[in-house]
Amino acid sequence: MINYTENIRKISGDLLKSGKVDVVIGYKKGTLPGINEPFLARTPEDAQKLVWDSQCRLNLANYLTNRKENVGIVAKGCDSRNIATHIIEHRVTREQVTVIGVPCTGMTDKNKLRELAGGEITALTEKDGIITVTSRHGEKTVEKQDLLQSNCANCLHRNPVINDIPCADPVPEINTARNDAEIKAIEAMSPADKWAFFEDLLSTCTRCYACKNACPLCYCPTCFVDESRPQWVGKGDDPIDVRTYHTLRAFHCAGRCTDCGACEAACPMNIKVRLLTGKMEKSCFERYGWEAGLNTEVRPALDTFTLHDPEEFIK
Amino acid sequence: MENPYIPYPVSIDDIQIATEDKSLKTFRFVFQNKSDEEKFAYKAGQFAELSIPGLGEIPIGIASSPTEKGFVTFTVFKTGKVTSHLHTMKVGDTMGIRGPLGNWYPWDTLMGKNILIIGGGFAFTTLRSSIKMMLDPSNRSVFGNIDVVYGARTPGMLLYKDELFEWGKREDINMHLTVDTEAPNWDYHVGFTPAITEKVAPKASDDTYAIVCGPPIMIKFTLPVLEKLGYKHDHIIMSLENRMKCGIGMCGRCNIGTELVCKDGPIFTLSDINKTPKEY
Amino acid sequence: MKILHIDKASWDKGVLKSGETYRLTGPVKDKDTHAFKNLNDGELPDMGYVETKMSPKALLFPRSEVMLTYSTNPHDGNCNIMKEASKAYPPRAVIGIRPFDAKAIQLVKLNFDTEEYKDPYWLKAYEACTFVGLAINQPSITDFSTSCNTGPFDETGLDVLVVDTGHGFLAKILSTKGQAWADAAGFNIEAGADAASKITAMKKEAEANIVSKISVDKIAGKTVLELFDAGHWEDTAFGCINCGTCTFACPTCWCFDIQDETYGTQGVRIKNWDSCMTGLFTMHGSGHNPREYPYQRTRQRFMHKLKYFMDKYQEGIMCVGCGRCIKQCPANIDIREICNTMNQ
Repeated sequence: MINYTENIRKISGDLLKSGKVDVVIGYKKGTLPGINEPFLARTPEDAQKLVWDSQCRLNLANYLTNRKENVGIVAKGCDSRNIATHIIEHRVTREQVTVIGVPCTGMTDKNKLRELAGGEITALTEKDGIITVTSRHGEKTVEKQDLLQSNCANCLHRNPVINDIPCADPVPEINTARNDAEIKAIEAMSPADKWAFFEDLLSTCTRCYACKNACPLCYCPTCFVDESRPQWVGKGDDPIDVRTYHTLRAFHCAGRCTDCGACEAACPMNIKVRLLTGKMEKSCFERYGWEAGLNTEVRPALDTFTLHDPEEFIK
Repeated sequence: MENPYIPYPVSIDDIQIATEDKSLKTFRFVFQNKSDEEKFAYKAGQFAELSIPGLGEIPIGIASSPTEKGFVTFTVFKTGKVTSHLHTMKVGDTMGIRGPLGNWYPWDTLMGKNILIIGGGFAFTTLRSSIKMMLDPSNRSVFGNIDVVYGARTPGMLLYKDELFEWGKREDINMHLTVDTEAPNWDYHVGFTPAITEKVAPKASDDTYAIVCGPPIMIKFTLPVLEKLGYKHDHIIMSLENRMKCGIGMCGRCNIGTELVCKDGPIFTLSDINKTPKEY
Repeated sequence: MKILHIDKASWDKGVLKSGETYRLTGPVKDKDTHAFKNLNDGELPDMGYVETKMSPKALLFPRSEVMLTYSTNPHDGNCNIMKEASKAYPPRAVIGIRPFDAKAIQLVKLNFDTEEYKDPYWLKAYEACTFVGLAINQPSITDFSTSCNTGPFDETGLDVLVVDTGHGFLAKILSTKGQAWADAAGFNIEAGADAASKITAMKKEAEANIVSKISVDKIAGKTVLELFDAGHWEDTAFGCINCGTCTFACPTCWCFDIQDETYGTQGVRIKNWDSCMTGLFTMHGSGHNPREYPYQRTRQRFMHKLKYFMDKYQEGIMCVGCGRCIKQCPANIDIREICNTMNQ
């Protein structure tokens, strides 16, 4: 990771110095152990603040939306796929973006870190795939592998798909096929069990909207939850409105989601919202062989039509 | 404990289309409980929340004058959910009014002073309330000269036209009406409000105050004119608008810096406004 | 000031006994965190809890609260006339509230209990409460409460301060309300003469363990416009995703929205938590938005907390240093850093 950081700083500094980009979107070191802060470097000096480690959970493509200048952006595999989606959806142009590609070995799950520490984390270090967390109860050292977010453990595209200036050599992919075990378990439930499952899943949601605001796909100028004429969704704490929000959002992301996990990482209540988007992506893959954001040419699944599209679900 | 969220029940007593494009209507309300009318004692410049069950509330300046008894009137532009519905309502319908809210033009300060009123478009409602109040026989002698510059795009877009022309005939108020471009049978000024202001405004003095109320573009070009004429910032009085919900300074959305537009305002002097962020 | 000694077994019994007189509310385990909830019969507050994700502000200011009711049925005599929703406010004991959260309630009171207007929902709920606070022996690394006119043993907003000494509880009675609750619980054994000094010593130790500090001295000296127009805001707010996490978790954020919801012909006017982080919060009917850009909303939040509030009320800043926003922010926006930037 030290190399990654050094290389990102060097590449970004050079890009800013040469004037090829006006700004670089990356991360700077966080104020708490276990989290970093998205950061906009405007000068070569700023670029020296950039960092990379396994605590860069948000998707930086989210910060690229509608930017007008030439932008360098630090991107792991999933971020790069969202950059590709942004280009397809005309949020940015290919020409204005320079991707500083990060071959990604996964992000740590903030909850696994907390559980490992057994209390408040007072320090965290990461070296050669080993993570050490410190708390009042002492130090714990674990292989990063065992702390990965589930989307990272199941990741199929760890290397950036757009990679103008790689910050390191590609890493080997660890998976060859989707792991849909969690989704399948829900599919196998009876309708009543499913209902109860989702009721419980969303029961602690405060509708702070961290999930949609962390999501690079959620860039609508006015989200449907904010529409007032007509008002689609109530704004109180009626569980029906909460479920409406989550379900509709998932549908809106269908065929566009790269399973970056930013929504879950952002959720302060630790709601597994990826179970909803995951179902959409599973369907898109099964029906259309579609995975979002693998290149900048092909329109997303729900944006195209062929005569061979399966339609057995139309009854 | 008085519940400030409960609107007074009112009946719509009269509805008049206020402009030629029908985008504004003037609603006259009567209180269903006589005692509520007393509780609703207001001063010119204040506003109220018009409250329609099931749709919500909308803050609107009070267009009637405190000197007019037995009813309150509001002139409402059809724009959002609540106002669009209000425009479909009929005489006799029941709804709610919550208020009066906010502060008022500083009538204590304005006593004995000359007053220049500058209004544009449909932001003339609380100005109408103010003029009507000042022209009341019991009040007129309290104030010095009154000049009114009021402009709209066309003659048909001027609010309260009949009254304006009546005031135009009076000796105790100087009316300077204007429209943006020449119009048939229009014997008054032609030109934008700031330009007319520059021509007709009384000389600045310690005893002359300007009250300015209009669309942002009018305000933007009128303030430099007043400055050029020598009006001091604490002699320029404005009424601000911001998105509001509670109207009583609690819900937190209408602030400009430390000031809550709904409760500390909506009336501020330009020198007050100069100290706050321009978040309106 | 009377200090009672309560051993842990008596504590449980007494708290349950007070439940005969008071509705009890306290921290209980809720999924992977703790939350303030009304306790069921026989349920005890978890006095070993570390923190709650959401502050207890919702006890007085629920996320969604019915204020008024109405009927739109023309056959009802009161068609389209708003009525206050009927609500009971029986005495409630809030057990285990943290001192900084109780202090926050005092700050929020400045908003809901004013000379001109009183929010009856907040105020009646407040008046019904007896706050039995639990001192913090081990402050979190994000706790900067001692920089915010409060602290781990602050008594300001409390009726009773309970200190867990490890062997039992010391309960310092701070008001007649507090005494009434102790009476209802049957707590009446006065602690030994060394209790006050024991509490003082524990307080000192806890305060000494606070590693986070902020300072607002220079902010106080600057004008609103100097701070507002400072060039850093776009960069300061860059990472902020403008979600409502901080505002919802915050014990001092009080902004709300008013919405009508009609079911058939019967409806309610409700007060919902709102957040200055959202664009809709300030959007005019015309479509004009005075805080059009996300950074302007972030700026509003910190200007409100660290400057506007201070200038308006002369009661310090609108923050009690609980650290919830720092811990829960998905983007690591840290109020301490922003305060430092503003206080340059």
